[in-house]
This record gives sequence, structure tokens and C-alpha cells, in this order.
Amino acid sequence: MAIAIETDEAKAAAPLAGTGPGLFGIRKRNRSRMVIAVVLALLSLGPLLYMLSLSFQPNGGLLGATVLIPTHPTIQNYVQAWTENSFSHYFVNSLFVAIATVAITVVFASLAAFAFARYRFPLKELIFYIFLASLAVPNLLLLIPQFLLMDRLHLLNSLVGLVLLYVASNLPFTIFLLRGFFEAIPREYEESFRLEGAGTLRVLVSLIVPLSLPAVAVVSMFIFSASWDEFPIALTMINSASNYTLPVGLADFIGVHTIEWGPFFAASVIATVPVIVVFLISLRWFRSGVSLGAIR
Amino acid sequence: MSRQTNLGQRPATLSPGAASRHSTRPHRVRRIATPYLLLAPALAMYAVFTVYPIYRQFDISFFNWHIFPGASNPFVGWSNYTAIFTDPVVRTASFNSFLFIVITVPIQMAIGLFAAAVLTDRLPGSMFWRAAVYVPVVTSWVVVSWVFSYIFASQGGIMNAVVGFFAGHTVNIDWTAQTWTANGVIWLLSIWKGVGWSFIIFLAALDGIPRELLESARTDGAPEARVWRHVVLPSIRGAVTFVTVLLVIGAAQVFTQIYEITKGGPYDSTQSLMTYMYEQAFSNFAFGYAAALASLLAVVLFGFSAAEIRILRRQDL
Repeated sequence: MAIAIETDEAKAAAPLAGTGPGLFGIRKRNRSRMVIAVVLALLSLGPLLYMLSLSFQPNGGLLGATVLIPTHPTIQNYVQAWTENSFSHYFVNSLFVAIATVAITVVFASLAAFAFARYRFPLKELIFYIFLASLAVPNLLLLIPQFLLMDRLHLLNSLVGLVLLYVASNLPFTIFLLRGFFEAIPREYEESFRLEGAGTLRVLVSLIVPLSLPAVAVVSMFIFSASWDEFPIALTMINSASNYTLPVGLADFIGVHTIEWGPFFAASVIATVPVIVVFLISLRWFRSGVSLGAIR
Repeated sequence: MSRQTNLGQRPATLSPGAASRHSTRPHRVRRIATPYLLLAPALAMYAVFTVYPIYRQFDISFFNWHIFPGASNPFVGWSNYTAIFTDPVVRTASFNSFLFIVITVPIQMAIGLFAAAVLTDRLPGSMFWRAAVYVPVVTSWVVVSWVFSYIFASQGGIMNAVVGFFAGHTVNIDWTAQTWTANGVIWLLSIWKGVGWSFIIFLAALDGIPRELLESARTDGAPEARVWRHVVLPSIRGAVTFVTVLLVIGAAQVFTQIYEITKGGPYDSTQSLMTYMYEQAFSNFAFGYAAALASLLAVVLFGFSAAEIRILRRQDL
């Protein structure tokens, strides 16, 4: 769908470009661009495709394998990673953490962004800048006091505790992005809703959020991948294997079984596929979501 | 009004329009309270998990803090801070973090901007190329750190095979075990994984330049380099600053790739400030000292943040 939109735009832009279609419909200037595009794509995807290839190679002959395409592909590594090495368990933990973080962050941030976008109240800008300021304090720097706090709240080694920390760290940017988007929605739409007797929450749920879908979708993707991949906080807070998320499980696996590259790369692929899928789903909103929100 | 109860509202809701017409007291209270109620969940989360820890961090940094139950935590004043300035590993770690910032940030931005300029709408399959450049951003640091470790493995790694092919004999360079090659691998990985992020921001920024502006500059016959210098770069200055600030802050907390690839070794020579802080806290249990280190770094970065807020404000929120 997104591709269709892009080609339409390209067609619309064609008269402006001035140059006619060259060989195979590719305009002359585009040919060198095409080469660069292929090189960039190969460099970006290369290491990931290499990982994919390794994950299908028989475990024994792995290290030292410079064969890029497996000669005897096997799914044994996946079977082992999923069943014997409890990566299925870590997968479920990661899924819970990522989905819960996205849901809570988006709900809380939408409420706050709506307050900033539509209401006048004392200390409004100050509160907003206090939120924004934390973008400048890398949240990793708070690892020590957060560890002590979690200890006191009896939320160490708890996935719920992890979700709370992730929500807190994702809120400022999400509020910042959504506020810009919400403010761009004309107030008149809201007036007609209000006249029908709709309350604040109804306006937010049935009007503002649907109209901001690109921003909500893109920011959800950001939060999903950030919490799915998060390592240092999870490493610090989680100390029993039953609560490991995928990154911690993977790091632990490499420490324990240094030679088992096959299952490791299989598990790495398992850990990578969901974020790529979520990213590809969000692609259709990416354009408007990023351009309107981040640097309007 | 079941839908309102579904949404957790009090049943007697009236629209603000109605409220202003009647202006009875409960409605006024409601209207004043609404923004604060909307903010409450986010503010509460923020206060408990971000603001309180910031205070707590400063607090701990003045104590010789232990986490063991029953242990005494004597107040030591500024001595944790003074110790930082005589700690040789802090010097190495600061140097490494600084080097990491000045090397990875400009290169990421240059490649990101270059890619954004090349992968325009008019390029066939532009969506595919763009997605490809962005994909490394969503991958896990743990995963790609080990993919790079494997690529640069000493015994039979693919990079040694490539080098060996050109050298004409087998080589066994232990990339990740020597300071400078290890740093090189860490930089390369970080650039590779980071490019996509500045790429999408620049893509959006370039997209925001009015087409007429570019067309008129080009039809005037200005060479492409001049169009870039006088039209394109000034137009995306906001995005350039935004990306610089956020990349520097991100780079200042480089952790996972170092923790996974070298663990800061050999002999602390690849430590960053974050990996060293982590080691002090969670391996040596020197919580007070690590908190002082973190506080100091936070203050430095916050100076940088002042600039950031000014930039974001100028962007007319």
C-alpha cells in the first residue's frame, strides 16, 4: 500500500523533473542513485543476512564458516533454541513487556499530550519543559537509584517493574511527539463532537487519536522496538532466568555456552523477526508520522 | 449514557459548552481540574521513576553506599567526587566516550544525510531501499554485537578471511582483544546500527523543503553543490541540530556493544563512562562512587540539554 502511494507521488513529480524516462524507464540521474541504493541496502542488511544464513548451518562446523549460503541447511538450531534453551519462554516475556509498555505509554502520553495541546492551565509550559528536559538526561544514568527504588518497591526481578521503568523513560518523547500532532488537528472538529455531548475522553478516543494514527503508529513502533531490545535495565533488574527478556537471555546464553553459535544465531533471528515485522507494519504511516511529529 | 460509563467518566457529564452557559460550580471545578487529571498518570510515573531517582542519585553520591542489608553507609561528603578526578580508569573512559562521540556522530549524520539525499521518491523501489537502511535501527544491540563479534572472530572469522585474501596468506587478527581494533569494531557497529535513525529524520526534513524553492534554484542553473549550500542545508538546520543533540546524548551512554564485545577490556582500555559506572556499581558494589560518576556526567550532559531545549523551543512547538 505504501509502495503504491510512493509511486503515485513519483508520477506526480515526474513532470516537474523535466527529464524523460531513460533506459528501462529509469531516468538517467537515477542510474547512479540506483547503484548507491543497492550498496547501502547491502551494507545495511548484510550482517543480518549473514546471521540468517548462519542460523541455518549445522552447529558443528559453524565457527570459521565463510560459506555465505548454507550447503546443508538445517532447522535444528531453531528447534534447539526454542525447546531446549527456553528461548520460547524469553520470547513470551519480551512480548509481554513490549506490548504492555506500548499500551501504557501510549494511553498515558495521549492523555498528557491532549492536556498540553488543548488546555490552558497554570505552569503548563514549565511542566512541559520539565518533561522535555529528561530527554537530555540519558535514562541509563539513573540505573543505580532506579535499582534501589525497585528493591524498595519489591519490584526487582519483576517484569511489571521493568514495564514501569520503560513507560517512564518513553513518556517524555511520546508526549512531545503527540502534542505536536494533536495541536495540528483543527479545533472545529472537536467543537462539533462537544456539541453532541461528548466528554473529554470520548473526544480523545474517537476523534483525536484516530486522526493522529500516523504519529501513534510510528511512536508505538519506536516504543515496541526500544522495549523489546532494551538490555542494560533488564540486565540490572532481572536476576532469575524465568523472568529474562530475550536480550538478557541471549547475553546469558553466550556466557554459558560459548561454542553454541548455531542455536545462538537461531535465537537471534527469533529475537529480530518481531521488531522487523512491527517496523514493516508501521511503514505505511512512517512518512507522515515522522515528518509531522519530530520536526514539524 | 453507557458509552460514557464505559470510558470511565462520571455519569453527569456535560459538554464544556453547556458548562459555560450554566457555569455552575461543579462544572467550573471540573473544567479547571480536567487538564491536571489528564496529566496525572504521566506526571505520577515521571515523578516516581525519573524525578525521585535523580534526587536519590545525588543523595547517594555523598555516601559510601552499600546495598547489603544492615551495612552502614557512612557520609563521606565530596570525597566520591574528588576520587573521580584521580581515577585513571575514569580518564581512559572519558577519553573513550569522547572519542566515541566525535567519531560515530558525524559519520552517522553524514551517511544518513547522504542516504536521504539519494533515496528520493523518484527512485524506483524507494520504499524498499529506505526500509533496508532503517532496519538495523530496530535490531537488538545484544544480537548485533555478537554478529559483529562473529564477523571479526580471530580464528576463521569472515573478516580475517577477507583480509587474508588480500594479504595472500592466512591472518588471525584478534580484533576484539586489542584496544584499537576493538574500538574500531565498536565504532563500526555503532555507525552501522545508527545511520538509519538520522536517515529518517533527514528524509523528513528534506521532504519539508518547499519544492518551488529547489526548482527555482536549479532552473537558475546553480550547480548542485551550491543548491545544497545555500538552499538545502539552511532549510534543514533545525533537523541537523536535533539529530546532533540526540545522537550525542545517545553516544554518551554507549553501553551494550562495549559490555558485550569487550567487557571494557583488555585492562579497562575500552571502558566507556557507562560501562565503568556499571562495573563500579554492580560488580564492585561501590554504589556511592558510581552514583557520583553518574551525577557528574548528568550535569555535563544537562549543560548540553539547555541547548537542546532552546532548539526545540525555537522550532515553535
